Amino acid sequence: MSVATWSPTKAGHRYAEVPEEIKRQLFEEVKSDPRYPDFLYGCYECGICVSACPSARFYDFSPRVIAQALAREDIDRFYEILMEDIWNCAQCFSCVRCPRGNNPGGLVTLMREVAVRHGLEQAQQALQGYSRVIYKIMLKGNQVSPDMLQPDFFPDWGPWVREFSRNMTAWRKAIPVDTLRNVTDAAWRTDDKTLRELYTIWFETGNMEVIREVDEGLYELLVEIMEEELEAAP
Amino acid sequence: MSEKLIPLTELRERKAQPVKPNPEEAPHPDLREELFELEAHGELIVQRVPEPYVEVTTKFGRTKKVPIDHLWHHKSCGQCGHIPGYTTSILWLNRQFGIDYIDPTDQTSCTGWNYYASATSNAVAQLLVMCRNFAAAYETGYYPLIHCGTSYGHYKELREQLVHHKDLRDQVRRVLDKLGKPLVVPEEIVHYSEWVHVMRHRIAERQVIDMRNITACVHPACHYYKIVAEDAIYDPDIYGGQRTATVTALLQALGINVADYSTWFDCCGFGFRHILVQRDFTRSFAVLRKIEVMKDEANPDMTVTHDTGCVTTLDKSQFAAKAHQRRVGVPVLADSQVAALAMGAHPFRVLQLHWHSTDWRPLLEKLGIDWQRHWAEFEDDLAAIERGEKSGLTWEDAEQPILTR
Repeated sequence: MSVATWSPTKAGHRYAEVPEEIKRQLFEEVKSDPRYPDFLYGCYECGICVSACPSARFYDFSPRVIAQALAREDIDRFYEILMEDIWNCAQCFSCVRCPRGNNPGGLVTLMREVAVRHGLEQAQQALQGYSRVIYKIMLKGNQVSPDMLQPDFFPDWGPWVREFSRNMTAWRKAIPVDTLRNVTDAAWRTDDKTLRELYTIWFETGNMEVIREVDEGLYELLVEIMEEELEAAP
Repeated sequence: MSEKLIPLTELRERKAQPVKPNPEEAPHPDLREELFELEAHGELIVQRVPEPYVEVTTKFGRTKKVPIDHLWHHKSCGQCGHIPGYTTSILWLNRQFGIDYIDPTDQTSCTGWNYYASATSNAVAQLLVMCRNFAAAYETGYYPLIHCGTSYGHYKELREQLVHHKDLRDQVRRVLDKLGKPLVVPEEIVHYSEWVHVMRHRIAERQVIDMRNITACVHPACHYYKIVAEDAIYDPDIYGGQRTATVTALLQALGINVADYSTWFDCCGFGFRHILVQRDFTRSFAVLRKIEVMKDEANPDMTVTHDTGCVTTLDKSQFAAKAHQRRVGVPVLADSQVAALAMGAHPFRVLQLHWHSTDWRPLLEKLGIDWQRHWAEFEDDLAAIERGEKSGLTWEDAEQPILTR
């Protein structure tokens, strides 16, 4: 692209080959979420959300554009945001200082849900390397655990990670909190019954189908373990 | 026409006055009233805040009850997994004040970190995770105290959705019935830092470490005061009521000099997904927009915050930046750790500072704490554990303050 053909907006029919009905269907799915009317009331174009947004400082990202595109039902722009922008949001919700009461971060969440449900390639790319976290949260009910602190995964967190990794067992035993002491594969000790209730929630709410769209191998592994646990319940 | 204009001097004077919000003018209805209405219609149970409690003022001038006792500690996975001194300090404080509490094993995390990172869930599943935990607390008769800022923000948002969408309530109730659990929502959703806030004067009464020579910058956690903003504590005596009072009021009660910096409103850069798989963004934001600004404008001895992600991000992001000669080197602590330290908690048995990345030694030295001696004590603990003489540290080992009055 030369300076002469450069457009200050990102719109440039980059997804012209994608049929309008596909874009419309995805948009309608976002719009039909019961939370959608709570998250979007219109936009003054004041830019307060952008001024507060950390992602706007580092990426070509704008919560204002998201609110605008959705309010105008600009299907082409919506599709570009869905494919290129949503994974840049930091989900800090600084944007909710919007004087109209919009929640651009919430709109991003809804769009991400749709992107994941449809197994969009960009969603899968954004979540590359993330499967081990999904495994942990679905199975243990914890996002992170001590055994995830590996030097090859967190080399930028300093030498203490290597130190910890070498001494994980002793360091975890040296915590006086009863539910944490000696637990390394989860953040704390959780009852088996509690985890079975969690698995029931995942199955009953269609959450496992969402995981299948992201990583089929992970889905099959999780289902096997969870079903075994549920069947073994007293 | 010109007579109607307000003189600039008067505008400045008005702006300098503390904000005195009128609850009658709050932009949103009081959700608690709607909760009680739903309870009256048999839709759900509202768990009342137990006595004793302290009433505080929130952003729009409403009153919020913060329970002191009979607490069900809704732990944070990020704190327990990667910053265990955060949780240990909260519980140590409870024990020091003789608080009756439960540290439950019938608890999952809110799973909100994953939801904000990957969206690999949905509204009903998220509501059910919250309601399952609330029901578990209710069954014990103890009141949930939420340790994580994200759990606190996420639950407040989910509570709104539950109250305002009958179809979501019906879906949640169907699965809860299957689990044999009631649909319970607490009267107030309370963050642990609010408990620390209302206990601050009692903490200060038992302070044994003089902190008057310390300067701190406060990073208020986004998910504490930005999501459902009306639930956060505000006080006209702190920042003129224009920012949340939580954390800052504690530090002031402990005699610490709280220094302001221009990017206080910015998030830390955690990003949920970014901190795990795209840390270039996290590191850059944490260093360029937070730590360096604090360093340049206030040169603090420490940064204090009140959420899992903020402690993780601000602390862990400084190591790599140091290699690039950035202006870093500010230790990061949670308010619970600072409060515990002030009361003489052991820096390693309780604060577990060895899990922190940024160098905390200069801070302890400035406080007059002989960290080498206490590290040697902790190494003895580890050696005893390694030899099999001890199965692990217990509260009995950690309870005693390093200094007494």
